Amino acid sequence: MRDVAIIGVGMTKWGEIWEKSLRQMFVETAYEAIADAGIEKLDGMYVGSMSPGLFVGQEHIGALLADYLGQKNIPAGRVESACASGGLAVKCAFMDIACGNSNIILAGGVEKMTDVSGDGATYALATAADQEYEVFHGATFPGLYAMMARRHMHEFGTTRRQLSSVAVKNHENGSKNPLAQYPFKVTHEGVENSVMVADPLTILDCSPITDGAAAVILADLETAKKLAKNNPLVKIIGIGHATDSIALHDRPSLSGLEATKVAGERAYKMSGKTPGDVNVAEFHDCFTIAEIMVLEELGFCEKGKGGEFTEACNTHIGGKIPVNTSGGLKSKGHPVGATGVAQVIEITKQLRGDGGERQVEGAKIGLTQNMGGTGASSIVHIMEVV
Amino acid sequence: MFPARIWREFPQRYRLEAVKNKDTGEVYFPPRYVSKDGKKFNGEKYILPDEGKIFTYTVIEVPPSQFKDEAPYVVCIVELTDGTKLTCQITDFDKDWLDIGKKVRLEFRRVQTDAHHGVLSYGYKAVPAE
Amino acid sequence: MVGIVGYGAKIPRHRIKVEEIAKVWGADAESYKRGLQLTEKSVPAPDVDCVTLSVEATKYALKRAGITGDKIDALYIGSESHPYAVKPSGTICAEAIGATPNCHNADYEFACKAGSEAMFVSLGLVKSEFCNYAVGIGADTSQGAPGDALEYSAAAGAASFIMGRENILAECLYTHSWMSDTPDFWRREHQHYPQHGGRFTGEPAYFRTIKGCAYALLEKSGMKPEDFKYAVFHQPNGKFPMRVGKMLGFEREQLETGWLVPTLGNTYSGASPIGLTAILDIAEPGDNIFMVSYGSGAGSDGFIFKVTDRIKEVQDLCPKTRPQLDENKIYVDYGTYAKFRKKILKND
Repeated sequence: MRDVAIIGVGMTKWGEIWEKSLRQMFVETAYEAIADAGIEKLDGMYVGSMSPGLFVGQEHIGALLADYLGQKNIPAGRVESACASGGLAVKCAFMDIACGNSNIILAGGVEKMTDVSGDGATYALATAADQEYEVFHGATFPGLYAMMARRHMHEFGTTRRQLSSVAVKNHENGSKNPLAQYPFKVTHEGVENSVMVADPLTILDCSPITDGAAAVILADLETAKKLAKNNPLVKIIGIGHATDSIALHDRPSLSGLEATKVAGERAYKMSGKTPGDVNVAEFHDCFTIAEIMVLEELGFCEKGKGGEFTEACNTHIGGKIPVNTSGGLKSKGHPVGATGVAQVIEITKQLRGDGGERQVEGAKIGLTQNMGGTGASSIVHIMEVV
Repeated sequence: MFPARIWREFPQRYRLEAVKNKDTGEVYFPPRYVSKDGKKFNGEKYILPDEGKIFTYTVIEVPPSQFKDEAPYVVCIVELTDGTKLTCQITDFDKDWLDIGKKVRLEFRRVQTDAHHGVLSYGYKAVPAE
Repeated sequence: MVGIVGYGAKIPRHRIKVEEIAKVWGADAESYKRGLQLTEKSVPAPDVDCVTLSVEATKYALKRAGITGDKIDALYIGSESHPYAVKPSGTICAEAIGATPNCHNADYEFACKAGSEAMFVSLGLVKSEFCNYAVGIGADTSQGAPGDALEYSAAAGAASFIMGRENILAECLYTHSWMSDTPDFWRREHQHYPQHGGRFTGEPAYFRTIKGCAYALLEKSGMKPEDFKYAVFHQPNGKFPMRVGKMLGFEREQLETGWLVPTLGNTYSGASPIGLTAILDIAEPGDNIFMVSYGSGAGSDGFIFKVTDRIKEVQDLCPKTRPQLDENKIYVDYGTYAKFRKKILKND
């Protein structure tokens, strides 16, 4: 296997981008990554997108986007793993290069979510759960995570305040990210008193509906070294990918995320690193409870202590393990297919020392965790600056 | 909703038909064709018990399009008396009663109506049993 | 010997009081309560319809019969609120109780008489040995037009009876049906609510028909009102069944057990059948029961049942009717009721 490095990143402002279409958003972002890498031609492209068919009525976006990106004839395709589609695109790009098939691959992600009504978006997102045995009965994504939150609270005594702590911290970070959809701060009371979406989760426990795209360019280390100008090289040194039962009721426990635990173990093993080695992390905080559970499953704190760990500011910038310096899905936004790629961009920036106001001092090793459905897909990347 | 999609699920939704793996004693609902560890198994039809308790629940305030008129409604995971878990709505309850561990029974109810013109979808919902 | 081998009733938990309805229409609750002799009625939640009530009632009936659904050779639901205009209710119920595929099935409609019709046909099929077990169900989630007198009484509930020739818990000794073309109450196609002939529904319709059927049944059987421990009649309101019972020579004590309408409302096709389940819940071996239904349009089915020893073995196997009526009620206001019953206009 060849070593793989990130040589370019691109991301534009996320939010309700009324004036731009899916292809416009993607092409602008992808072109930024191409320019950042200082290249012209790609060997191939993987695009993560959860449901362009339901959101904008467009499938077959691999060919569409390659064409509009001026990369006609390259091998390009869409990969899908619900909200982990972006992470999967990065993994596919990595594998393509590592095995020697290609040298320069673009891994992108895109979702255009505001071309449907709110209940239409809820419907589209719910297709990532078991359609016949969960969604049929009225389950929604916030609802499924709410049921996990209730179990976590029941089994470990996790408090309402601890859930809010995740949102408060991520919005604090996001307020320093000019690309974030909601770059404002929130208070614990603000989270707790906001509109209920699925008890116990309020709207400020939930990531928003977002239009957005993100792209990274990956290359084999040799090519990367040739292209690297002044940019420090960031290598992907560990990948872990795992799945679990898609329906919550099929899992023995609801207070954990087994696929994330397994994916983490695989990524740690491949990279030879441990949680203690990681300086900065981006987690899939689609809901506040998710960040708490991921902290536990990836070994950053004891099982059941994620809430306490967060409330004690261990995951703040300057804490033991800064989590979601970008603002996370909560504040930065969650255009589902783009999220996994944006996480890799944030860690790349942190490891390059380009974190700006939210830079984690001396960050050498970073981790991303991207999750699909209620955690039935989980992809962990570990990255290191060379 | 296209009728074939709900029709093929009737044995499960109407009669709680599951499959029991005779080799391991595991119960699969809905039925599986390969065991959870990827093996062919000797299966037999098994009807789930219709009683259990609330394992976890939530109140859905923001529904998907097909449940627009139903919200707020409660979705839960029931742990049946044989240990099998399934997801469904809870209906006919008092707000104060709702809690993890409460005993419920599965009843036959309308689950989706597909507006005023589509095919009606029936299935199980949990009701208080205490 | 032919008769009931299993029975069950299902009454929804929700209720609305007469006062709550009267308040909305500026009507005098006391005079409605006095006039109709009822104080509240059952209300079906949006996830309840004539089929779901039928399924739950039939599950109880199967449990009391001690048989599984696959033994059922015929199943009939009588209702004026079948959820589909075209597509049977009975197939859904049969599928849910496991009676498919070797089963005969039809939906009946005869205003409030459809349930007893299903019972009548089931008894006939079992008696003729066309079937070993046949299920007759009366179920409704009936609607009265907003503000109409019917709105105070139109209620929801179901009763299911499995008829057979063995292990009978109430033998059917005699039946009689009596009918004429009497348009006292009707609902035309595509109309949401029924219309009725006001006081014309009384003397020339309800009373004439029930009396006609009851007298013929008494004559056929050679029995007198005092030979019966219980009697139950169709109960569109509290007043009519008591009055017709007394006209026929029955005493209040014979009528009270099956007289559920004061707190249940008029369950249409379910009305006298649910009354019968309340009687079976407490009947003793040897008791004779007199039942006459009524359906507008108009007709009556009459039955004489004799309770057997087996009744004591089955009464406690499932929830009884009276407790379903008296306990665990959830009261709703008119707004909730209007939402439940889809009386609020919304875009499709």
